[in-house]
Amino acid sequence: MSGILASMIDGLLVGAVYGLAAMGLSLIWGVMDVINLTHGAMIALGMFGMYLLFSLTALNPYLLLLPLIAIGLVLGIFVYWLSVHWVVGRSQLMSLLSTFSVNMMVIGIGTALWSTSPYNVNFSLKGITFGDYTFTGNHIAAASSALVMALALELFLYRTRPGKAIRAVSDNREAAELMGISSTVVLAIAFGIGIALAIGSGALVSTLFPFTILSGAGYQLKSFVVTVLAGLGKPLGALGAGVALGLLEGAVTPFIAVSWIPLIEFGLFVVVLILFPRGIFARATT
Amino acid sequence: MILLRPMFWITLLLAALFIYLPLRNNDAAMREDLILVAVAIILVSNLNLMIGYTGYVNFGHIVFYGLGGYVGMYLVTARGWHLPTAALTAGIVVSLCALLFGLGILRLRGAYFALATIGVLVAVNAFVRNVDAFGRSTGMYLSFESYQPLGGAMRALWITYYLIIGVMVLSMLLSLLIKRSKFGLGLFAIREDEDAAIVLGINTTTYKAIIYSLSAFLPAVAGALVFFKNGMIDPDIAFEYMLSLEGIVMLMLGGQGTVLGAALGAALYERLRSYLLTSPKLSNFHLVIAGGLLLVVVLFASGGLIGWLYKFVPRSQKVIE
Repeated sequence: MSGILASMIDGLLVGAVYGLAAMGLSLIWGVMDVINLTHGAMIALGMFGMYLLFSLTALNPYLLLLPLIAIGLVLGIFVYWLSVHWVVGRSQLMSLLSTFSVNMMVIGIGTALWSTSPYNVNFSLKGITFGDYTFTGNHIAAASSALVMALALELFLYRTRPGKAIRAVSDNREAAELMGISSTVVLAIAFGIGIALAIGSGALVSTLFPFTILSGAGYQLKSFVVTVLAGLGKPLGALGAGVALGLLEGAVTPFIAVSWIPLIEFGLFVVVLILFPRGIFARATT
Repeated sequence: MILLRPMFWITLLLAALFIYLPLRNNDAAMREDLILVAVAIILVSNLNLMIGYTGYVNFGHIVFYGLGGYVGMYLVTARGWHLPTAALTAGIVVSLCALLFGLGILRLRGAYFALATIGVLVAVNAFVRNVDAFGRSTGMYLSFESYQPLGGAMRALWITYYLIIGVMVLSMLLSLLIKRSKFGLGLFAIREDEDAAIVLGINTTTYKAIIYSLSAFLPAVAGALVFFKNGMIDPDIAFEYMLSLEGIVMLMLGGQGTVLGAALGAALYERLRSYLLTSPKLSNFHLVIAGGLLLVVVLFASGGLIGWLYKFVPRSQKVIE
């Protein structure tokens, strides 16, 4: 029994990182109605970014998060200009395909540079032991970093002028333009933040598990599930749904093989989409 | 009448070329190259029914091909069936599965549907990896005796090749038939505006479920044939996500919504890919080039090659569909 509890707590900690990844996806989806298919590739870039920075500097990886997020922001704005700016407002097929083409290029370059063999970030913090079970320090640190980043985003969106501008554009782009907000700048910044979150969550995952350049795809699927659970444009909802997904994974792993998990997640995804098209945590609107 | 349409004869001409070229010198290497092209044309033509005709992006189209391969291999190895019946049964089984999935996920629209198709791929992959009858993650192998009913391995490979070409022709003819039918018009209406289509009295749920299931049939048959020819199957080859995605690149390159565009894009891209993969310097970069190509097509020429042709020679629309 306590084994299940321990596994669930582990799941909860990992779930916070899933939540962070999904926040990036949810923000972009909510603000510009673009489903960012570069998400998985960006998560993978975050993993390798952490690997490179850590092997160069040997600093504490959780400190290295800050430069990585800054790089992610710049990269995100570049990707926005490259592939999204021209297709915002056109049919969704076009933005799906254009972000997807960037995904292919990133994965292609990544495969050429690092092949598809596994890497890991060789760093571990001292864990906390309860009886027979030890929770590794990395899990705890990653979950706390994810929480801090999520709260920072929430404060940014609700307490600062640029954040309010992002929410205004998300609510009604034309009205926001009439109020003197330059929607192009706002969209670029929102996209940059979304990518920065993906990079940050990838960097956190790299301190927990080994990874390859293709690992991002699995987390991308999880992010979709979480985003759909939470409903669009609700960053804190995404964090909550991420934790819920992590808990679920933790609760089922003692009983079934890990390879079944994608099937369960996908089942959940479809059932939720059909039963709650607006997301479980979405408030009923009239 | 389909006999009066030039595209029908162009398709037959293409098939004759596919049969004549390798047969001329009994060239097995060329046959293998052409199989890759034919498979690409089969997958992309059927994908076109979803993306080009109905406007629903299917990121996991390869799942039909892989699942067809699995069902076919299972019937041949474990049940001792003959290839043609096994391939046909694989097609029917996979179509029924698709109908079942479709009734679930086709309630989703637009991007949500596209995401769900990625899920279908991941879920079927996970399922196959956990089933003993399908050999889990090691896959299945064909014993040499399985080629005996077709007169030995050498003849079996050629027969399979002709069957694959047959499936390719059927794929193109299916696209052609649907394009000018009432059913096809219904699909185009869904692509343009689904709500308006409902108002006009089109039963969109049924239409979408039928086309999703139909687009699964021939790829599944092709999968059964190809994996029989290869003599082995495993989940990584059968459900190759990248091939599924490259199918979309091929379709956009040639021109979505057109029969010849799908075939042309598939053939051109497949040849380019083979060239890049075998060239020592560029083999690592074929995804980068494919991605760049897709981006250019999406941003600057969303009609693809055939779209260009239509723009500069409007009369060509009468001949090339």
